[in-house]
Amino acid sequence: MKIRSSVFASLCLIFEIFGIALFLRGFFPVPVKSSFSSKSKLSDLPAEPLTGNSPNSSKVPTSLFRRVVIVVIDALREDFVFGPRGRQYMPYTRNLVERGSSLSFVAKARPPTVTMPRIKALTTGSIPGFIDVVMNLNSPALQEDNIIWQAKAAGKRIIFYGDDTWVRLFPKHFMEYDGTTSFFVSDYTEVDNNVTRHLDSTLKRDDWDILILHYLGLDHIGHLSGPHSSLVGPKLLEMDHILKRIHASLISRETEGSLPNLLVLCGDHGMSETGSHGGSSEPEISTPLVLISPAFKRKAGMETPSTVEQVDLVPTLALGLGLPISQNSVGRLIQPVFQGTSLRDQLRFLHLNGFQLSCLLKDSMPAFEKEEGYEQFRVAEKSHGSWMKLYLEGNTSEVLNNMGRKVLKQYLEALQAMSAALSKQLGKYDIYSMVVGMVLVLQVLLLLLIAMPEALSSSAEVELPLASALLSLPFYLLCLLCCSVHVLVCTSAEGSCYLCSLSWGLVLVATAFSCALLCMLLSLANQKMSPGSRPTGKSSGDSCFSELDVLLLIGTVGHVISLGSSSFIEEEHQTWYFLLNTLCLAVFQDVCRKYFQERRGTGDEGSYLPSMEGPSASLSPVGELSVGAGSEKWLALATPLLTLACCRLLRSLNQTGVQWAHLPDLGHWLNSQEHKAELSLLAAASLVLMFFLVQRRCSLVSKIALALGLLGVYSYRAAVGNVLFPWQPKEGRDLSKGTVEARFVYIFVLGILFTGAKDLLRSQVISADARLKSRGLWEVYSGVVLLCALVLRPHNLPVLACCLLIQTAMAQFIWKELQYDAAQTTIMHYWFGQAFFYFQGNSNNIATVDISAGFVGLESYVEIPAVFLTAFSTYAGPLLWACHLVCYLTSERHSRSAASLGHGCYCFALLRSVPVVAYILLITALRYHLFIWSVFSPKLLYEAMHMLVTAIVCIFFTAMDQNHTTRS
Amino acid sequence: MRDLEIKGMVSAHAIIASSIFVATVMPLFFVDNFSIYGTHLTWLYSVSGSVSVVNITVFWLLGISPPTKKHTLSYKVSRAVRSCLYFILSCLLFHAVVVLYGAPLLESALETFSLAVLLSSLTTLRCLCVLGPSVQAWIRVFSRDGAMSVWDTSLQITTACSVIGAWLGAFPIPLDWDRPWQVWPISCSLGATLGFLTGLVIAPAWIHWHRKQLTYKSK
Repeated sequence: MKIRSSVFASLCLIFEIFGIALFLRGFFPVPVKSSFSSKSKLSDLPAEPLTGNSPNSSKVPTSLFRRVVIVVIDALREDFVFGPRGRQYMPYTRNLVERGSSLSFVAKARPPTVTMPRIKALTTGSIPGFIDVVMNLNSPALQEDNIIWQAKAAGKRIIFYGDDTWVRLFPKHFMEYDGTTSFFVSDYTEVDNNVTRHLDSTLKRDDWDILILHYLGLDHIGHLSGPHSSLVGPKLLEMDHILKRIHASLISRETEGSLPNLLVLCGDHGMSETGSHGGSSEPEISTPLVLISPAFKRKAGMETPSTVEQVDLVPTLALGLGLPISQNSVGRLIQPVFQGTSLRDQLRFLHLNGFQLSCLLKDSMPAFEKEEGYEQFRVAEKSHGSWMKLYLEGNTSEVLNNMGRKVLKQYLEALQAMSAALSKQLGKYDIYSMVVGMVLVLQVLLLLLIAMPEALSSSAEVELPLASALLSLPFYLLCLLCCSVHVLVCTSAEGSCYLCSLSWGLVLVATAFSCALLCMLLSLANQKMSPGSRPTGKSSGDSCFSELDVLLLIGTVGHVISLGSSSFIEEEHQTWYFLLNTLCLAVFQDVCRKYFQERRGTGDEGSYLPSMEGPSASLSPVGELSVGAGSEKWLALATPLLTLACCRLLRSLNQTGVQWAHLPDLGHWLNSQEHKAELSLLAAASLVLMFFLVQRRCSLVSKIALALGLLGVYSYRAAVGNVLFPWQPKEGRDLSKGTVEARFVYIFVLGILFTGAKDLLRSQVISADARLKSRGLWEVYSGVVLLCALVLRPHNLPVLACCLLIQTAMAQFIWKELQYDAAQTTIMHYWFGQAFFYFQGNSNNIATVDISAGFVGLESYVEIPAVFLTAFSTYAGPLLWACHLVCYLTSERHSRSAASLGHGCYCFALLRSVPVVAYILLITALRYHLFIWSVFSPKLLYEAMHMLVTAIVCIFFTAMDQNHTTRS
Repeated sequence: MRDLEIKGMVSAHAIIASSIFVATVMPLFFVDNFSIYGTHLTWLYSVSGSVSVVNITVFWLLGISPPTKKHTLSYKVSRAVRSCLYFILSCLLFHAVVVLYGAPLLESALETFSLAVLLSSLTTLRCLCVLGPSVQAWIRVFSRDGAMSVWDTSLQITTACSVIGAWLGAFPIPLDWDRPWQVWPISCSLGATLGFLTGLVIAPAWIHWHRKQLTYKSK
């Protein structure tokens, strides 16, 4: 079967996407969830165990506390309270910790240490998996069973002030709330004052049971200037003062005979030495947990706080308030809190916690009975029963007391074992799915590599021995072997495999496909190895590489190698900027060599320039800038320098990565309130520049649409308040969502895309006009540009303008003049695309995804357009460069070999596949690395998403290539 | 003839290389707390100074500088002035390139400029010594197949090695190892120096190896 290299590349990419999807399914553990979607109810609680058949009491445990105030301070690190700085800046709290009636612990948060998953952990008691974070970037209401829901169901009145993530997670749960947004990181006083202003009136009132406060200021200070900043001290003092007020008010309202109140101070996550969070380093996961209540014994002095898990707070609070523990909680109760209650109650609480954990264990593990913790729990329950029997018989001897202590200890051990088993379940990989996905992807990559000489030949066609592979004996044997391996793995594996849960037909098809691929691979390799059948064109491929080729090769390989280091992944933008700079210098050297050697006047080189001028000038599309031969030389020399200057400017626009992310950048400067005028000017200038660069190859209709669309972009930004209109009154105009303006732009985007598509169709069906086709393509491209301009933040508009500027200059003076072939041009486009991905402010961290793009022109959150727009704005850079590549190669194909589009598509697919496959292999090897969740997994998701985008672009390539062949 | 030249080159390179070692060791006796990391700029200037002085002396003594047409004093002075000007220009050019590569624009400008001075004294100064202050000759030597003597070839090799060394030296900077040599611009200047030393070793060896294939056309 003979197929064109563009089709071949697209097919390969599609199969790779399947492989990656399978790998991802195996790599990201499914969160431990109870199989029932309902919430726990009080009536479902088990009775106290009792041997014998006397009527056992199923009394619901009473609550221990009347009112609870929970103060969550974002990014409160453990040493801010328990360390030397706590003594200095939080004197009141420290005094309570050392001498008051309080209990203090160091609570370990699980990575990812980001606010939203931490709030989920603090309320549901489960450990949100990494995939959970990605799936819930927009944090819709929390559906899982959680303590807030339980409290509301039990009739508790809850008041919340603070981070509005809570409000989004629990939209209808609070009696009263005021959410502050954590959008402006540079603001660290207002966010907290907005919480504190409600405090006085609330503390005076009597109509609430639970008060939750979430302070964001400390986190913002951390992001701004790190944990050692001079701003931290005053902020801690402020927090200390707030705690003092709350505590004083709680004590003064403590009445005789009623239950005591409880004040909980905790942090959702810590703060690294640079002030950021999200990873799994010790300072990021250590948070203080201080429980203050008159119910606890007064302490004599400071003792080192013991360590608990952050999720342990959930069962403790639930039982303390007389609520059922939420179903998916993996926490175990903090025993010292219940020290004051009777032994019977303590055992009862432990039994309830154990019962809940054992239920969760039953649901999430098929072999739960073999679990050590489960057995321990059974034993403890039994001895609890016999203890109860003796107790109810009125036995009050010392023996009974000792026996009770022993039961307590058994329970605690069982809880620990069960909790550990459940937590371990969260970090388990589905190795079988991972390996199958990896094998699939690897086969496809090898196929791509082996077919390289044919795909890059002048005919750009690949011969795939599909028929011979399908009819050969080894194919059937391999199929049988794979099927038997599948059966063997699925019957022996004790864990849950995704592949084993698939239907048989699907597995069979996949197996047959994989085997066919392997057979094809082997026969192709056999062809290449056999000496006689070597293609004749081989010798020309062996011609020596130029410096530029060496650089492109080394850069691509070097980047793939650099993926093995977590620092290089965090700072990947540096790699690309570095490579891009070197590329520009190498191009500059090429240009110099061409023009200066020419001046020395060796005959043949002087003659080829005019001969090249002829066809390119006559065939080039309408509206090319016309320049003389003399100035062309200087423009060509200036282009790499201009590119270098642009890149330097853009890299200081958005600081990304980890190590230097805290440095001030132009983007922050532009976005601050005082510099709105500058931002407006810059945005307007970029939009005008974009118009001039894009319009010259469009038809008149699209030109007008483009101009109106760009105006619409500006008025949209003015409507949402990012930029100023010159004639707009300074005050008195309230901000809207700009829906009308944005939709106005969408109409023009669709209009331009439609015109382009129409031109493309016409060029294919009616007239074989190359000019019409390249104009149509350019119009599609300008539609994409317009959409980019709409969704990108206004301070990123210069990125777009520079991108267009570089593309225009490079296409005009460099790629065409220096006769770079399709492969070289493709690699350069790819590098530029990668660098622009980071110029936009992206990084390999999920946190930099700009979700606001998903809300452009929408009244409320609608999933499909929001996801599409977010993905589009994130990958705007690579996408624009890929689209430009299609335009460029199509317009160039007539002056050069007709196969260039196929070559470009093949190279593009190869450039994407190599890093993805290498990364998948790497991440499998590094799956127990310390940074696997904080650094490597987000990168894997980025890579997978990028693969998807590339596949779409390659299909577009193929469609363009298709048009050509059907016509000629 | 060729062998004699190669021997001369080996000895010249040996002298230059030893001057770098001396420049690293000598300040120990004059400067308190001298170390390559701690007082990096001192080391850097000491190396570039000694390399400059030794280069100029060696090439002057060997007499491979391009023949001067006139021997008047004013001509010599103007050549010297032009050489100085070129050297300063090359420092500025290197500084600009390093900034384009992402070095901070304002803060630690002194460090960046020092790196530029080091690179200039490792590359431009040798060019000035061998070729004199003529752009034409420089373009000729650095275009493909432009070398006209073994010294041109060695110039090509050492210059390329120094620049590539500095380029490679930038790689460890993003790593989070917190080592003293990751501080800007230590790794780059160390890379450049090591690259230069490698170039000094490679150049005579490569020329010796390829002495049969090397044919230089005369002017």
